[in-house]
Amino acid sequence: MITIPYLTALTTYFSYVLLFVFGQLRDFSSNLIDWWKPSNVQVRQGYAPICLGLEDFYIRRIFLRVQDCFQQPISSPPDAWIDVVERVSNDNNKTLKTLGSVPSFIYFGRRTTKVSRCLNLGSYNYLGFAAADEYCTPRVIQSLKKYFAGTCSTRVEGGTTALHSELEEAVANFVGKPAALVTGMGYVTNSAILPVLIGKGGLIVSDSLNHNSIVNGARGSGATIRVFQHNTPSHLEKVLREHIAGGQPRTHKPWKKIIVVVEGIYSMEGEFCKLPEIVSICKKYKAYAYMDEAHSIGAVGKTGRGVCELLGVDTADVDIMMGTFSKSFGSCGGYVAGSKELIQYLKYSCPAHLYATSLSPPAAQQIISSIKVILGEDGSSRGAQKLAQIRENSNYFRSELQKMGFEVLGDNDSPVMSLMVYNVAKLPAFSRECLKRHLAVVTVGFPGTPLLLGRARICISAAHTREDLNIDSLSSIATKHRLFLSSASALRWHNPSPSSAFCWHDLKLLSKSFSLVPTSHVLACSSPSNQQVIGLPRLKINRVRLALKVKLRYKPRDSSCFSFGFLMKTYIL
Amino acid sequence: MDLANYVPSAFTSLLKNATELITFAYDVPFARAVVFGVHIGGHLFVEGLLLVVIIFLLSQKSYKPPKRPLTKKEIDELCDEWVPESLIPPVTEEMKREVPVLLSAAGPHTIINGKKVVNFASANYLGLMGYEKLLDSCTSSLEKYGVGSCGPRQFYGTIDVHLDCETRIAEFLGTPDSILYSYGLSTMFSAIPAFCKKGDLIVVDEGVHWGIQNGLYLSRSTIVYFKHNDMQSLQSTLEKVTQDNKRAKKLRRYIVVEAVYQNSGQIAPLDEIIQLKEKYKFRVLLDESNSFGVLGKSGRGLTEHFHVPVDKIDIITAAMGHALASEGGFCTGSHRVVDHQRLSSSGYVFSASLPPYLASAAIAAIDVIEENPQLITKLRDNSQILSTGLLGIQGLELASDIMSPLVFLRLKTSTGSLKRDLQLLEDLADRVLKEHSVFVTTSKRSIVDKCNLPVGIRIYVSAAHTESDLQKACESLKTVAASLFTD
Repeated sequence: MITIPYLTALTTYFSYVLLFVFGQLRDFSSNLIDWWKPSNVQVRQGYAPICLGLEDFYIRRIFLRVQDCFQQPISSPPDAWIDVVERVSNDNNKTLKTLGSVPSFIYFGRRTTKVSRCLNLGSYNYLGFAAADEYCTPRVIQSLKKYFAGTCSTRVEGGTTALHSELEEAVANFVGKPAALVTGMGYVTNSAILPVLIGKGGLIVSDSLNHNSIVNGARGSGATIRVFQHNTPSHLEKVLREHIAGGQPRTHKPWKKIIVVVEGIYSMEGEFCKLPEIVSICKKYKAYAYMDEAHSIGAVGKTGRGVCELLGVDTADVDIMMGTFSKSFGSCGGYVAGSKELIQYLKYSCPAHLYATSLSPPAAQQIISSIKVILGEDGSSRGAQKLAQIRENSNYFRSELQKMGFEVLGDNDSPVMSLMVYNVAKLPAFSRECLKRHLAVVTVGFPGTPLLLGRARICISAAHTREDLNIDSLSSIATKHRLFLSSASALRWHNPSPSSAFCWHDLKLLSKSFSLVPTSHVLACSSPSNQQVIGLPRLKINRVRLALKVKLRYKPRDSSCFSFGFLMKTYIL
Repeated sequence: MDLANYVPSAFTSLLKNATELITFAYDVPFARAVVFGVHIGGHLFVEGLLLVVIIFLLSQKSYKPPKRPLTKKEIDELCDEWVPESLIPPVTEEMKREVPVLLSAAGPHTIINGKKVVNFASANYLGLMGYEKLLDSCTSSLEKYGVGSCGPRQFYGTIDVHLDCETRIAEFLGTPDSILYSYGLSTMFSAIPAFCKKGDLIVVDEGVHWGIQNGLYLSRSTIVYFKHNDMQSLQSTLEKVTQDNKRAKKLRRYIVVEAVYQNSGQIAPLDEIIQLKEKYKFRVLLDESNSFGVLGKSGRGLTEHFHVPVDKIDIITAAMGHALASEGGFCTGSHRVVDHQRLSSSGYVFSASLPPYLASAAIAAIDVIEENPQLITKLRDNSQILSTGLLGIQGLELASDIMSPLVFLRLKTSTGSLKRDLQLLEDLADRVLKEHSVFVTTSKRSIVDKCNLPVGIRIYVSAAHTESDLQKACESLKTVAASLFTD
């Protein structure tokens, strides 16, 4: 659970309101001026506007102003260092002219050939297979020559080559399941498999932060969807009990089946799924467990076999294991692994298998080769080194970030880490400053995250060296933009006149001596952020209500308690 | 006593009693009393009585059934009792069916089970598979960029070849801009929900493929189907929905069609669709997966085939896994249409981008198409040769258009069940492959596919097929069909 300081929430809302008001003003004036534009002409002819509502407004009036921070083209492989192509805007990103008219405003008309060499902290190149590899690339090119780039056909028609069969065997063996099915795209795997497994009368219990592909797949299936609190087994149990007892809505018939869908590593948080607990709950309530290992397969675990290996869960307990190859393996596509019968059934019924062109053979070869490297079957120890490297890199960088004072989400060993920025105006600022200092960092705002929870995300790779990761510039950017949320700003709100000396370490001392205890809404974050409870203002975004609860409890050793707390509720919107 | 008699008689007796009571109330002495000079009429007494009753009723608590939530034990029991269905239905024979495994590239000739066969199962329409130019561009791209892009387009997954490819496609088709998707199937089911939301009106052909069906379902719009490739049905549907729905004018309205239908091989009559669209003010969403690079004089698709200006179509999507011999998909249209998808289209935003070598392959393929218009003529000739060659086939009939490179043969008389039809056709395809080394496939159908067109044999013609290949295909299909359907 992410908590957001009250003041930050307020300022974030304020900036959205500001953007909204100015956007509306601009819309108003442009409606007057641009009546001759083609889209407006169409509307006058009797068509409803093709892009509608707040979504379109958000893109035109909010996203476009900062779009230089997204979709930066690169002209190199997404390796440890990348060449980011510099883009120019002739109209300072504002552009009454570009909106809807002549030059493509996604890359501002023209591309310069100037590139800047940046440290890549954005790509999912966990094991460093993105760039040409001494073992993989020659084999990939060989496969290209033998099988060509595409098969022009679906798997059930003429799209199954010997490579595909080999790959499926290798994947099943790698993830530890009897059989596997490979598709050409990770997103499609989720959204095409859920509908054939479950339908009307079924229940999908999904983690609240599951990836969009799962959400789409669940919606496409026609089953009832219920959400449990992110990574909270106790709430999952509550939801399951409630729904098994209650049956289907209205008819109260018993559910046909229940599938619990979780992810191995949550890509926007970097947290590991609490798999052992969730699996035991699934077993207890006879629900099927479906795990999406998009980010974890290959990247974590002693031999790279994902969260099951890392957390010591028997793969037999996870009924459906899904994952993608576009991350750790540096390729594309997705897989689903399970029992032999499950895969036979999916091969018979899954639309991604029946209707979509099969995985490109060179990409399949890349996966086969990279699995071989990971398992050491290439005759070297490069795979083991890569796995050790990514673990070491991740933990080192995470601790560095925490030392700097960032609010970092995610668990140890996870190569994904999110730095909370919150404020929508700080996102592009952070991104631009990073790029200026040759750091390619991804910033994510709405719609990738909830409105208030804008963040920067860092993905560590095994290709990074220790020197690469010694980054001091991040801390200077953070100071400039006041990003040290884990200490200063939280405190600043609580203490109206904070002396500069009164910082994070003082807070730690304070908490030690006074034993600060948060109220019932304990943060589910890792321990350093748990101690920031002095500024605990927390916010439930989904209710658009700020419920602030700060309770400072003085608890000397003799446990005679003196406590004071205050409660404040602010309604916004 | 008979109920019908009883009820009225009970009612009359009740009425009688009530009247008696009221007369009695009038008649009692104090009802006629005069208090302080005021005559207390009987009606005042009755009103007073009513008031007392009302006050009495109001003072009572309203009746609520007692709420007794399930106890922990009861829930435990219910949870124990609940038996889920198995995750998958029991595996049947047809699920165990193995597909042929190719031991070489899926070109016009390929190797299956160590035997060289003529391949009619790959939509390698222009025969670009194995083209030196494509191979070179893929190889250099693989050496430069590696295989995957390791990230979505938004997050450093945009490689310069993606931008080049988008520009190249837009330039080739003469549209303002285009957007690349990393998979053909995801193109439609991402693009449709980006432009259609709840309440919008979509009129769609009943024969569209699953990608479109899924997109329509996810959009939650109001969906009205018209008969497969039937313009009269389209017109009456349009007439009906615009007349029925008073609000129709304020909604976004779309007609969704495929250029060459995956499920039947028919070509959509775009000229008529455009007339109807303009009459009823609908927008057109066209899937050119099987027509891009194939139809039209220079392969620019259905719009060129019917000499319709491309800007009449609002949204065009296509998969690049067919004629372009690459993979992925694209959507093209005005700047507005394209840019809207860059933040609103789920398959674009939430998925890793197309591997760069496939984008390079697509660019090279478009170059080849532009340089070699004879490929398109050759393909058209080949399609016609095969279609006409198959005309007299026993037990089967041609469902596809004679111009279509996707030749579709369906059963003349269906057995009545889709499964048995498919079984029959698969036997035919198996025998053609085994006995004559000609690789054709059936149009298998997923259980989630709602298309109700008949299944059939699907034959993808390629410009790389020689005349003898085509003749061989015709002859072998005819011989096997003749032995299977002896009527």
